Amino acid sequence: MSSCSRRCKLGFVKFAQTIFKLITGTLSKDKIEDELEMTMVCHRPEGLEQLEAQTNFTKRELQVLYRGFKNECPSGVVNEETFKQIYAQFFPHGDASTYAHYLFNAFDTTQTGSVKFEDFVTALSILLRGTVHEKLRWTFNLYDINKDGYINKEEMMDIVKAIYDMMGKYTYPVLKEDTPRQHVDVFFQKMDKNKDGIVTLDEFLESCQEDDNIMRSLQLFQNVI
Amino acid sequence: MAAGVAAWLPFARAAAIGWMPVANCPMPLAPADKNKRQDELIVLNVSGRRFQTWRTTLERYPDTLLGSTEKEFFFNEDTKEYFFDRDPEVFRCVLNFYRTGKLHYPRYECISAYDDELAFYGILPEIIGDCCYEEYKDRKRENAERLMDDNDSENNQESMPSLSFRQTMWRAFENPHTSTLALVFYYVTGFFIAVSVITNVVETVPCGTVPGSKELPCGERYSVAFFCLDTACVMIFTVEYLLRLFAAPSRYRFIRSVMSIIDVVAIMPYYIGLVMTNNEDVSGAFVTLRVFRVFRIFKFSRHSQGLRILGYTLKSCASELGFLLFSLTMAIIIFATVMFYAEKGSSASKFTSIPASFWYTIVTMTTLGYGDMVPKTIAGKIFGSICSLSGVLVIALPVPVIVSNFSRIYHQNQRADKRRAQKKARLARIRVAKTGSSNAYLHSKRNGLLNEALELTGTSEEEHLGKTASLIESQHHHLLHCLEKTTNHEFIDEQMFEQNCMESSMQNYPSTRSPSLSSHSGLTTTCCSRRSKKTTHLPNSNLPATRLRSMQELSTIHIQGSEQPSLTTSRSSLNLKADDGLRPNCRTSQITTAIISIPTPPALTPEGESRPPPASPGPNTNIPSVASNVVKVSAL
Repeated sequence: MSSCSRRCKLGFVKFAQTIFKLITGTLSKDKIEDELEMTMVCHRPEGLEQLEAQTNFTKRELQVLYRGFKNECPSGVVNEETFKQIYAQFFPHGDASTYAHYLFNAFDTTQTGSVKFEDFVTALSILLRGTVHEKLRWTFNLYDINKDGYINKEEMMDIVKAIYDMMGKYTYPVLKEDTPRQHVDVFFQKMDKNKDGIVTLDEFLESCQEDDNIMRSLQLFQNVI
Repeated sequence: MAAGVAAWLPFARAAAIGWMPVANCPMPLAPADKNKRQDELIVLNVSGRRFQTWRTTLERYPDTLLGSTEKEFFFNEDTKEYFFDRDPEVFRCVLNFYRTGKLHYPRYECISAYDDELAFYGILPEIIGDCCYEEYKDRKRENAERLMDDNDSENNQESMPSLSFRQTMWRAFENPHTSTLALVFYYVTGFFIAVSVITNVVETVPCGTVPGSKELPCGERYSVAFFCLDTACVMIFTVEYLLRLFAAPSRYRFIRSVMSIIDVVAIMPYYIGLVMTNNEDVSGAFVTLRVFRVFRIFKFSRHSQGLRILGYTLKSCASELGFLLFSLTMAIIIFATVMFYAEKGSSASKFTSIPASFWYTIVTMTTLGYGDMVPKTIAGKIFGSICSLSGVLVIALPVPVIVSNFSRIYHQNQRADKRRAQKKARLARIRVAKTGSSNAYLHSKRNGLLNEALELTGTSEEEHLGKTASLIESQHHHLLHCLEKTTNHEFIDEQMFEQNCMESSMQNYPSTRSPSLSSHSGLTTTCCSRRSKKTTHLPNSNLPATRLRSMQELSTIHIQGSEQPSLTTSRSSLNLKADDGLRPNCRTSQITTAIISIPTPPALTPEGESRPPPASPGPNTNIPSVASNVVKVSAL
C-alpha cells in the first residue's frame, strides 16, 4: 500500500511539473541521452615473438592470420555472434549456427564468452601443425559439449545433428529423420570399446588411431596457410 | 600524457636538481635506457600512401595499435615498412592525433566508416576534441536512430514460427497486413466507425415534417432505425475492444493507452443510456454524454497514419504549444484590461467588464474580427490596433516550430517506409547472391566431376570445362566437399530436389500422377522412406530425370571409385548391384564401400546413356539445359 501511495505521489509531482512547464513555457531541452558508450573491449595480443614461440607458426603466417582476424574484429576479440556470422558465410546452404556454437566453445578455452587472438592462434596451431595426438584430443574436446571428460550419446547426437544442419534441405539423397541417429549409432559402435555408453578420451584415441581413413584425413589440411 | 608534455619531460627532470640540497633521503636510481637507440623515422604505408613519423611520436599513446607492439603484426620485412590496408584519408586524422594530441572528425566522412577506423586503430572516440565532438555526436545519434528504426521494423516483420493464438491475434491487430483475416477486420471496423459518425451527424438534420407537428430532426423521426444502427456499431466496437483486451501482451498497459481510452469513451454513452431511465433530471446530463459519441472519430487514427503523425507531433510539441498558450493568455489579459479602461468612458459600450473584453481581445489577436464588439473612443481604437498587430506576431512565432516538427516526423516516417520497401529488394538481391554462391559450388562440382571423368577415362584433352576457379574458391569448394563426405549426402539445387521427390512420389502413387505434388517436407519423408521399395518399371517420361540422377550417382561412384585401385571393377559392380536397395551408409570414416542403387533397369549402362542425344547428359553438354529439358518433360 505504501508503494502505491509513493507511486501516486511521484505521479502527482510529475504531473505538477509538466503543468508548470507548460505554463511557464520552458521549451524542453533535447533529452540528454545518457549514452552508455559501450566500453570498447580492446584487446592487444602478446608480442609477435612470444606468439611465435608458443605456436608452430612462423612470423609471416602469424601476421597473415592477425590481419584477417583484426579485419573482422577490430576490437581484438571475437564474440559468439560474430563467429557465427563468419562461419555461416562459408556454408550458405544450411544453418551453421549450432555447429558454430560448439566450435566457439571449443575455441574459448577459458569460457569467457570471447575468443582472443591468442586462443584463436593456439587452437589453429594445434589443428594445423599439431601432432596427431593433439588433434585428436582437440576433437574430443569439441565433441565433449559439457567438458566433463566423457562423450555420451546425447552430446554426439547434438554434434552430428549440427553437422547435418549445415547441409540444408536440398540434399541428395534426401535427409531422413533418423539419419543422424544411425550415424551416431555406427560411431558409438566403433568407438565405445567397453560398451558402457560413453566414450572416454583413451577409447577415442585408440579407436581413431586404429582407423586408417581417419588418420589420413587428419593430415588433410596441412597446407592451409 | 598529452603530446606536448612528453617533450618537456627532460626539462622537468633537469629542474629536479633544485630539490637535491633539501632532500631528506637519498634519491632512487634513475631508470636505465636499455635500448638507447636513436629516434628513428618509421614509414607507415597506408594503401600506397606513405606517412612518416618519429617512433617516439607513435609511442606517446601506448594503448593504441600504432603505439604498441601490435603494429609489428603489420610489419613488412621486405620493404621494412608497416603496411596497413586501410583508408588513407582517415589515417591522416589518426596520425594527426598522435602528433597534436587532438583528434578531429572530418565532416565529409561517413560516421560508421570513421568509427570502424577508430576501432581498428584502437582509439576511443571520446578523445575527439571539443571542436568536432558536437558534430560527431549528432551524426552518431542520427545513425543510431536510423539503425534502431530498421531493427524495429525488422523485428516487427520477422515471422516467428510458433506464436500462441493470443500473440497472433495481437500481431493481427497491430499490423493488419499480416493476414487476410486481419485486413478484413481492419476494413470492417473502419466502415463501422464511418457509419457511426455519419449517423451521429445525420441524426440532427431536419428531416421534413410529419403532418400535425413541427419540423423534426431525422433522429427523432426514424428513431428506431437510428437506434438499431447505433446498437450495431456499439456491439462491433465492444467486441473489438474486448478482443484487443484479451490479446494485449500487457493488459494493464493496454488499458492505460490513449487508444483504449478513446475506445471506452466512444462506447460508454450507449451503455449509460441503456441503464438510465427516461428521467427528466438526468436527461440533460445524458444529452451531454451523447456528445462523447463524436470521439468515435478518433478511432480512425488506428487506420490513418497521417492522423497518428499529427497526434505525435502535437505531443512532441507540447511545450511549444504551452508556450503559445501562455503568451497568448498574458497578452489577452493585458489588452483586455487596457481596452476596458479605455472604453469605460464611452456610452453604451459593450466592454462591460474585463472578462467581457477577453472575447474582443481574442477575436482581434487571432485576426478574426467579428465586429460584434468594436471600440468607439480614440484611445480604444489606438490600443485595438496595437492589439491586432501584436496578435499576429505572438501567434506567428511558435507556429513554425510546430510545423517544422511535423515536417521532420512526417519525413522520417516517409523515409522509414521507403527504407522498408528498399530493404525487401535489398534482401532479395542478397539472397540471390547467396544462392549464386551455392550454385557456384554445384556448378563447379559438376564441372569438376566432369573433369575427373575426363581424366579417369584416360582422355588427354587439355581443355578443362570452365575456367579454373581461384584458389579461395577451390578451397571453399573443397571444404563443402568434405562436408558432403562427412554426412554422405550431396548438395543439389532446388529444382532437382523437387524433381527427385516428385518422381519418387509419382512412382509410388502411379494412380495419382498430378503435377501438383510439390515437395512439402511431409512428402519428402514419405518419398524417401519408400525409396527402397521401388520395383516398378519407370514410364518413359521419367527416364531423362532418372538418367540425370543416375549420372549423379555414377559420378559419385566415380569419386569413390577413384580411391580404389581399378576403375573397371567399380563399374562392373555398378551393373551387378543394380537391384540392391538403397543402403544408407553412415560410416564416415569408410569411403570406399558406398553402394548406391541405380533405379534404372540394368540395360541402361553408362555407355548406353550417351545414345539418345537430346536428353543425354553426355560429358560435354551443358548440364543446366538438361535440367531444363528434364523439367519440361516431367511437368506434363
